[in-house]
Amino acid sequence: MKSFIAKRIILGMLVLFGVVLITFVLTRVIPSNPAAQWVGHRATLEQIKAAEIELGLDKPLYVQLGKYLADLSRGDLGRSLRSHQPVSAELKAYLPATVELVLVSTIVAMFIGIPLGVASAKRKDQMVDHISRFFSVGAVSLPTFWVGMFLQLIFYRWLEIFPLGDQLSMGIKLTRDIPHITGFLLFDSLITGDFVVFKDALAHIILPGITIALYPIGLVARMTRSALLEILDEDYIRAARSYGLPERMVLWSYALKNSLGPTATVVALSIGYTLVNTFLVEAIFSWPGIGSYISSAVISLDYPAIMGVTIFSACAYVVLNLVADVIIALDPRVRV
Amino acid sequence: MTKSLGIIKSIKPRIREVRLSLHLLGRNRLTRLSLGVVILLILTALVSPFIVPHPEHIEKETNPVDKLQPPSGKYFFGTDELGRDIFSRVIYGTRISLKTALVAVGLALIIGIPLGAIAGATGGLVDEVIMRITDIFLSFPPLLLAIAIAAFLGPSLENAMLAIAVSWWPWYTRLIRGQAVSIKERQFVKAARAIGTPPIRIIFGHIVPNCIAPVIVQASMDIGGVILTIASLSFLGLGAQSPTPEWGLMVSTSRNYFLNAWWYSIFPGLAIFITVLVFNLLGDGLREILDPRTRKI
Amino acid sequence: MSGYFEIENLNVGFKTFEGEKNVLDIDSLVLDKGETFGIVGESGAGKTVLALTILRLLSTPPAVIRSGSINFNGENLLQKTEKEMRRIRGRKISMIFQDPMSTLNPVFTVGEQIVRVFMNNKKLSRKEAAKEALSMIDMVKLPDAGNIMGKYPHELSGGQRQRIVIAIALSCGAEFLIADEPTRNLDVTIQAGILKLVAELQRELGVTVLFIANNLGLVSVICNRVAILHEGRIIETGKAREVLRGSRHPYTHTLLNAVPGGSVERVLPGVLMPGGEKGTSGEGCRYYSRCPERQDICRARVPDPGEISGTHTVACHRAFKGGEAGAKEYSGS
Repeated sequence: MKSFIAKRIILGMLVLFGVVLITFVLTRVIPSNPAAQWVGHRATLEQIKAAEIELGLDKPLYVQLGKYLADLSRGDLGRSLRSHQPVSAELKAYLPATVELVLVSTIVAMFIGIPLGVASAKRKDQMVDHISRFFSVGAVSLPTFWVGMFLQLIFYRWLEIFPLGDQLSMGIKLTRDIPHITGFLLFDSLITGDFVVFKDALAHIILPGITIALYPIGLVARMTRSALLEILDEDYIRAARSYGLPERMVLWSYALKNSLGPTATVVALSIGYTLVNTFLVEAIFSWPGIGSYISSAVISLDYPAIMGVTIFSACAYVVLNLVADVIIALDPRVRV
Repeated sequence: MTKSLGIIKSIKPRIREVRLSLHLLGRNRLTRLSLGVVILLILTALVSPFIVPHPEHIEKETNPVDKLQPPSGKYFFGTDELGRDIFSRVIYGTRISLKTALVAVGLALIIGIPLGAIAGATGGLVDEVIMRITDIFLSFPPLLLAIAIAAFLGPSLENAMLAIAVSWWPWYTRLIRGQAVSIKERQFVKAARAIGTPPIRIIFGHIVPNCIAPVIVQASMDIGGVILTIASLSFLGLGAQSPTPEWGLMVSTSRNYFLNAWWYSIFPGLAIFITVLVFNLLGDGLREILDPRTRKI
Repeated sequence: MSGYFEIENLNVGFKTFEGEKNVLDIDSLVLDKGETFGIVGESGAGKTVLALTILRLLSTPPAVIRSGSINFNGENLLQKTEKEMRRIRGRKISMIFQDPMSTLNPVFTVGEQIVRVFMNNKKLSRKEAAKEALSMIDMVKLPDAGNIMGKYPHELSGGQRQRIVIAIALSCGAEFLIADEPTRNLDVTIQAGILKLVAELQRELGVTVLFIANNLGLVSVICNRVAILHEGRIIETGKAREVLRGSRHPYTHTLLNAVPGGSVERVLPGVLMPGGEKGTSGEGCRYYSRCPERQDICRARVPDPGEISGTHTVACHRAFKGGEAGAKEYSGS
């Protein structure tokens, strides 16, 4: 097993290197004038010249790649064109809000998607299955950004139940000390016992959370269904029934434990989708995360910022998949 | 005698296969329904310039007098901030979405098929290199690579298509490689090799035509996802540019108005949803019918 | 005959898109308490379907139980609710499946799997269940029970696994055991050990065993009586010796003639000549198309089972009309 994990980690490193290589090609090779691109459309000629030297565009490509890698390894993602702050520092500031949203959405997706998939597999080709399958195909067909606006229209404009956006109400932000320990508002306010902030934060996260969770719910339900259907067809499930074990135990323990591998894959994939969905949704809800950061960067064509988010997200995703694979390797069957 | 018996034996299961598929298609109401809607959408896309009530609102012309009007007999879906008929623009949007999706998938196929066929047919180092490259492309979170590429190419619908193609081809390469690996062992390929056919001719004359069917099926199933990706890129400002009546862009511009003009965002969004949904339902149904493992008897 | 276990007019079909196919059509099958009864047939004859039907574990659909009754201790199993069945499974009727590789859940230790069955069926605490499990593993004659408890299925050999499967099946005092080709996927050398174990346990615990196999020779070693199943129908039934030595059915002859051991699977290429579609026709003898001794009547009418002796029944037109098949005696080689 150890050798398997080691092999997988080496492969993961290779993939990471490849990802960085692609981003390098994107920034330095594709644009006809990378320096002009780099400093933005409104830059002066001197600025472009300066960027050329700063980016080392006068040097051969492999030297450029070396410098690029060296910068990256120091966590240097360049400076944002709008704020002139280091992109890495800005990412750090925006990250907690996004991680919180992604975690909440992923947990919601698991808690709804998995039971939906199980119910579907258990009653295959019955009404429950048809409804759940239609729902999951529907969920992956929805334009996420539009769902966010639709929910705002209903729950903010018409029903006036939930706030329009942001992480906290303006009043609370101004009048209270906001606890800051981990950067995750829900968690911080809960452990400091500040229930006013907690309640407000919860009310704010519900709409974006649902919006982002919809796609992964559909995805998780579909994948759980198909994985489980395969497992339920196995002899050991029939055998477990023949010993008179209750259906509950057969399904939730005997069958579900066998779907550990697929589930780990699903979680990783689901986090990938929620992460990208935040790019589309955060701006709608004025959520102060990297999603809002990249969408405003896209509008002003702030290339270092776009690249920073891309590299960061891609690396996070590769690591996540690596973890999923290692979890799968813990399955006794793989343990050869 | 024995030879004809052999042919009968090989044809019989095929006929049964087709009959089973048709039977399953006939029984699956949802799949039939979505097939019907897909055909309807294609027809709409073809004739949309001629049937919309306000063709002048599609591109340039504005109509400030009637701006942000709610749905009525004159404007079925209401009007936008420039007084343009949303119904006309949504209907015309079908044409744009289907066309861009087709082009994007087509481009992805043009990159993906040759690479996959070469990898599968050649094997060895070439195969290894090509497949590791596809691995790297596939290890980006979905949509992210397309966003980055589109941003660096510059925002336009053409670049969005290109960006999608560049992030999408590895799926087809993988699929076709798997097919090519098994086909290259078949007799007719060996025979072609034996008579000295050049490798390129073998790959494109013998291997590709024989493993293209599942890829085409897969590509048609992907149309829904691609339409959604294009809308998402346009929403971010990386796809279609104003005044193109692209659905994602329309939802994006409606952001400043929709709280007081619900129709502005609802209808273009519904158009995206319904189109993607029927393509996905059709794809799901086809997969169910064609995949022997999920087939229900 | 006692009414311990009786199947009557059981008819099971499978829905396919081309219509329903008959897979099981059993007029009568009676087992006495404490006997070991063998069912022999080739692949696809409906043996496993029969086993799963008794335990009501057949997936419906595609399967349909169209008619019949399965009486066990005077109660019709086909009329039990799922809840009642669950109390019967494992505690009254248990089953050993064909493939020990796939019968055990790969992600739990074998100990855990036995313990769970004990905890569930006998409402024992985990500690008590573990003790019981240890004694079960001893009972199926696996050395070093404590060590085996902590192993995952893939760490055991095929023979060891099948012993564990038998231990689980018998762990909750089932009095009726269905053994569905328990030796099919095992080495010949290990087969004998498993057979011996089943026979010994049957004697010790006094359970009734329905032993399903594809090999008449093998079945006759441990069974008192056997039935031959062909395409869902019982075509011959009798004491093991009667069927082995004095069969009156051409199909049984083919089974026995083809291979010294009487294994059907190895005969298949020869026996399965191109012929009529399997299991579709309702009329006529299902062996008609392959039968070396067929007559016109065989196509027209399903042969009814007729008695040759008080214990030996054959369903074949030739067997009674003074034909050669009836007179032919099979002498084992």
